[in-house]
Amino acid sequence: MEPVAIIGVGQTVFGSNRKDQTYADLVYEATTAALADAELTIDHIDNIVTASNDFFDGRTISSMAVGDACGAAFGNGKSISTVEGDGSFAALYGFSRILSGSYETTLVIAHSKSSEGDLRLLTNAFFDPLTERSLGLDWVSAAALQARVFLKEKNISNIQCGNVVVKNRASGAKNPKAHVRKPLTIDEALRSPLLSAPLKETDVCPSSDGAAALILAKESFARKKSPHPIWIRGMGLCADAPFGERNLAESKALRLAAQKAYQMAGIDQPTKQIDVVELSEQFSYQELLWMEELNYQNSSRVNLSGGCLSAHAWIVSGLARMIEASLQLRGQASNQAANVKRALAHGQYGLCGQSHSVWVLEN
Amino acid sequence: MTTEILTHPSRIKVPYTWSAGETLSRFFKALRDEQKILGIRCPRCQKVYAPPKKTCGTCFVECSEWLEVGPSGTLLSFTQASYVSPAHRSSKPFFGLIRLDGADTAFFHLLGETNLQSLKIGIKVSPVFAEKRTGSILDILYFRAAN
Repeated sequence: MEPVAIIGVGQTVFGSNRKDQTYADLVYEATTAALADAELTIDHIDNIVTASNDFFDGRTISSMAVGDACGAAFGNGKSISTVEGDGSFAALYGFSRILSGSYETTLVIAHSKSSEGDLRLLTNAFFDPLTERSLGLDWVSAAALQARVFLKEKNISNIQCGNVVVKNRASGAKNPKAHVRKPLTIDEALRSPLLSAPLKETDVCPSSDGAAALILAKESFARKKSPHPIWIRGMGLCADAPFGERNLAESKALRLAAQKAYQMAGIDQPTKQIDVVELSEQFSYQELLWMEELNYQNSSRVNLSGGCLSAHAWIVSGLARMIEASLQLRGQASNQAANVKRALAHGQYGLCGQSHSVWVLEN
Repeated sequence: MTTEILTHPSRIKVPYTWSAGETLSRFFKALRDEQKILGIRCPRCQKVYAPPKKTCGTCFVECSEWLEVGPSGTLLSFTQASYVSPAHRSSKPFFGLIRLDGADTAFFHLLGETNLQSLKIGIKVSPVFAEKRTGSILDILYFRAAN
């Protein structure tokens, strides 16, 4: 397999209400940032994969509404396709296109503005309309059900969850792109009001407005044109059974996705062989659960960007993790670790992490 | 000069009439007419799905053997949503994840006549049926601690 490289990355600033920009404008902002980072122009991009969710955008075929903003140049025969799911899943689509040999460069772009809809109703619509939706659940109350099972079965305390929040918020405070940039003490985390027991307000990630873009390229192009290629060495994507049919104290899908990625990258001791990890934790307990399934034990090397607890735009967050991992490998992250040679990025989508992607990246 | 940013409030209102299909129709009819909860068994892995599904997600074969499950079950998890949501049917609702007796899968429902202190993982719960039933999941009003 010819290696594929990440040659350009771009993110908007994440915020609670980016009223200054439409979602297409955010896409434009991330796309131009990624092109500038790659030292390329839009003419170098021969195809595009977008990630979006029509419910979040409040219209159908929302990807077409961002085509102009990401250089699709409708009418000139450039290929543009859409993934309904996390941006890291769109990255797999882009990765496959490069591997097909038909494309040299792929732009992967993800966006969402949850400030513009009603998140409770939008995430209530994740549930089956016949057997579940009318009960009134949403992403937070469903996660609370998972949290209670996981915390009990693995004997995890409030303090352990609080420590995740404190750690990620401290890192997020250093990240100029983050949405929440205020550090938190463990006392503040533990005193935070219950949102949906056992989840407290501070256990839940923000829902941000924002966009992120990634430019992928085949090896020959990357070696010729890129000042800082980051190589994809391993990848796995796996979907789990529905909520009521899986053990919520574990994530088999993540475990299997990680196994595939580790096998491709030749990793058998993840904690020793991976220098930094960027995880998609929508809730504090999820960082602990995802780490367990990744078989990664060094929490001080996890989510140096601040993670989703500091900035989380739906659809965008997995792609943002790939970007933050790439920046660590380039030595350009806001909270840079020393001697980063290999990084892991993780994306997830669906209720309580039904589907997961795992990426192993190297410089 | 700063541009004044205008917004456009609107809403999407599209009526849907989802067919329950043959499998869930039989389940909903049993709720409505007999106050019974039906499950279905996969002929290959023997897993009992409640609510029933036409196909087993693990084996990719059609489920065919119907059986009555519950109506009591075991509470696998629970929460109380303390926030306000337009999707909630009442203020600060309790949600449970319940495995009915005889079933292998769990499903969501509301919990009633309860508080956070008295709920525990593993307690037995049983359904309270609505007096007026229409053939929907809300024909069960909620589950409450058994006895």
